[in-house]
Amino acid sequence: MRLPPWLLSDRAGLGLLLLLALLIIVVPTLNLLTPPDSALHLSAYTVTLLGKYLCYALLAVAVDLVWGYMGILSLGHAAFFALGGYCLGMYLMRQIGTRGVYGDPLLPDFMVFLNWKELPWYWHGFDSFGFAVLMVMVIPGLLAFIFGWFAFRSRVSGVYLSIITQALTYALMLAFFRNEMGFGGNNGLTDFKDVLGFSLQAEGTRIVLFMLSALALATGYLACRWLVSTRMGRVLVAIRDSEDRARFLGYRVERVKTLVFAFSAILAGVAGALYVPQVGIINPGEFAPINSIEAVIWVAIGGRGTLVGAVIGAVLVNFAKSWLTGALPEIWLFALGGLFVAVTLFLPHGLMGLVRRRAEAAS
Amino acid sequence: MTTRTLIRAGLGGLVLLLLSLLAPLPVQAADDNALRAALPTLRTAGFTEKAALIENLVQLPHPRVVPLLAAMAGGRLYYRAANDQFVIALNDAAEPAIEDAVTGAALGQVDKRDLERISANNRLRALIENQLAGLGLASSDPVQRKAAVEAFLRNPQTEGAARLRERQPVETDENIRKLLTAALALVELGNSDAAIRAQAATALSGWTQPEIRGRLMRAAADDADVHVREAAQKALAKTEFRLQLLSWAETLFFGLSLGSVLILAAIGLAVTFGVMGVINMAHGELMMLGAYTTWLVQQWLPLNWSLPVAVPLAFLVAALVGIAIERGIIRFLYGRPLETLLATFGVSLILQQAVRSIFSPLNRSVATPEWMSGTILLGPLEVTLNRLIIIGFCIVVFALLWLALQRTRLGLEVRAVAQNRAMARAMGVRSARVDALTFGLGSGIAGVAGVALSQLTNVGPNLGQNYIVDSFMVVVFGGVGNLWGTMVAGLSLGVANKLLEPWSGAVLAKILVLAFLILFIQKRPRGLFPQRGRAAEV
Repeated sequence: MRLPPWLLSDRAGLGLLLLLALLIIVVPTLNLLTPPDSALHLSAYTVTLLGKYLCYALLAVAVDLVWGYMGILSLGHAAFFALGGYCLGMYLMRQIGTRGVYGDPLLPDFMVFLNWKELPWYWHGFDSFGFAVLMVMVIPGLLAFIFGWFAFRSRVSGVYLSIITQALTYALMLAFFRNEMGFGGNNGLTDFKDVLGFSLQAEGTRIVLFMLSALALATGYLACRWLVSTRMGRVLVAIRDSEDRARFLGYRVERVKTLVFAFSAILAGVAGALYVPQVGIINPGEFAPINSIEAVIWVAIGGRGTLVGAVIGAVLVNFAKSWLTGALPEIWLFALGGLFVAVTLFLPHGLMGLVRRRAEAAS
Repeated sequence: MTTRTLIRAGLGGLVLLLLSLLAPLPVQAADDNALRAALPTLRTAGFTEKAALIENLVQLPHPRVVPLLAAMAGGRLYYRAANDQFVIALNDAAEPAIEDAVTGAALGQVDKRDLERISANNRLRALIENQLAGLGLASSDPVQRKAAVEAFLRNPQTEGAARLRERQPVETDENIRKLLTAALALVELGNSDAAIRAQAATALSGWTQPEIRGRLMRAAADDADVHVREAAQKALAKTEFRLQLLSWAETLFFGLSLGSVLILAAIGLAVTFGVMGVINMAHGELMMLGAYTTWLVQQWLPLNWSLPVAVPLAFLVAALVGIAIERGIIRFLYGRPLETLLATFGVSLILQQAVRSIFSPLNRSVATPEWMSGTILLGPLEVTLNRLIIIGFCIVVFALLWLALQRTRLGLEVRAVAQNRAMARAMGVRSARVDALTFGLGSGIAGVAGVALSQLTNVGPNLGQNYIVDSFMVVVFGGVGNLWGTMVAGLSLGVANKLLEPWSGAVLAKILVLAFLILFIQKRPRGLFPQRGRAAEV
């Protein structure tokens, strides 16, 4: 089998894919085939934690595609992530069935609690897994398409776009906090039992979810890598570097931007959908503007416009977050804030830029 | 006693208490004996005779008449058989403290069982209230006269009307005279002549007091004469219209108040973002610093002096932090707005955590000084003083900033650098210094806004976050680089929010406004009042 040239030249990417393949093999092995007291044993908790990092990494790849290659700094990508999560969360809610506290076969607990008599129309269909998975992609994609269509057509760009994407996620957060929206209000969706009949508490399910996350990240990465290597990818970079010139050359800039923005939102939605069953809850807090901005800083740290850097940044920062919020909770925000400042001032091309400079200096 | 009579007795008692406190004392050489002689019959008389007795009592020029009758209306006038005297119980305890009804001398505590209550029924209570209102009407104090008329309004009776009618032509206070006219019209609504009733109904139009409205509604529904009904309906319609106007005015005021808060929050951004083109995500945290400065000042200074001191101090603190941010970070990132955004966001996280570590993650309560609390009548509208002061404060801050940018040397340099940096430098403007000072100015204003916010919301580490999205939206909506645009945008967003609120609820109103803004920016990316210039947008 011969690899296509766009992949062959991407050595960092190949490394990432290999690493992911390795993870898919090694993590389940270490979890299932080693005795629990062995030093090599990976607990289900660790597996889930790793799976979470991979979901964040996929979100970071989505952000990098629009920011690193197209120059759109979206401060609302967590909204697409959360929407994907909510779509799958709705399926998981419907799966609870009569096992809820109130035992209503149709209505989720929070609706019974609010004294609702029937399922709102937008909850219909979510009892089917296939439909839910479709919606995981359609809803964020459609929102991004419509939003992008209006924004890009009227040439909203730069910081203005950043601010209105932030306003979008902020408005969604406020909306989802409302009980009347029918998404569980403040508490969100939680108490999930099983997916496709497999219990979410079971180790096997967790392993599969982890493997799926790794697979999704690999697929997402490949799709983005392929996209940026095509002719369209070159147009993307042209738009980033000089939008007006690209337009004067005859490219339909707003179409390209809208499509790529929507595609990126779909990736974010998938990441959210894989994230929710692993952490077991989705609530409006996921829409908070800071989440979107954090995703941007992962990309900035790893190195924007590299895709691999996004993955590295996401995993590193989240590992640091898990460690620091546990060990020194006071320090975490100082560290994150410091990272923002330090990276923008001293590391404009991120870690990948650092690596590249080393490599160039060596050769 | 039913609850309603209880409430009425309580209300009446309150008015009477006021009256008795304020009543100018009649001649001190009053004849205690005349009063004492008038009392014993009260014990034995029936309710009808009591009414006559009360009318007589009122005629006595004795300072104790008012408290005595008030006590009777409140069910606190007793006969003490042991000493053959009338006493007033000062409280409702089983062993109340009592005083002599005639002299007012304290008599210690007695068992309630040794006392015999001088009873009164609702009619008597109303009569007493009316009679005392008459006493109040003659008072030289306008507040007391007004209270007397209002007491009459609550309980209009034909008997008391004569006194009002006497008073009306000689009344000097314009407002009280109008109130008197209304009170008399209210009585005339019970007149047997339909023409007079209709006239009275017309005269009552526009009075929003619930007593008058209630009486008019009854007249509009079931008066025997069709003309009276029509007149009452017309009058009611006018009253309703007036009420509607009042509620609109109220909404407008709340909107202006919210708008002025938005302007205060956004106006500093209008300087840093609008004039300098710098995205400062830490702007909200600079406001937070201002609010915490207020809190600190309040720990040291007496409450009433704290705010005038806090305003300049908050300006200084926020301005210094702002200059430090500009010199330390932002100046390396000019021309890279997205990076500036990320770096300043990092700063905002650091400031938040710093406040959390230094002060505590909990909210701090900033007190409102006396001169800012309470309400004030703005024409017919009752408004809270602190919101009114903040609106005024916003205007002052805006005017000062405007003057600073238009009339000072620094303002001239700021505008020059904003328009054409290279040219300004060529003319000898030290642009680096101007940048630092401009950023300091914008940050300082954020600090000042924080002082105002500390009077309205909780002061905590998240204070800034709550306002950052809003303030950016205000600046962008108004048009970047345009102070007047910021003002118009802030006010209209504030009013729009409050107009939507009764219809949709607070949260949904906010969402709708945000959605509108997102759509608006699509339509006019440069805001309401775009800056016009010859520079191509490349």
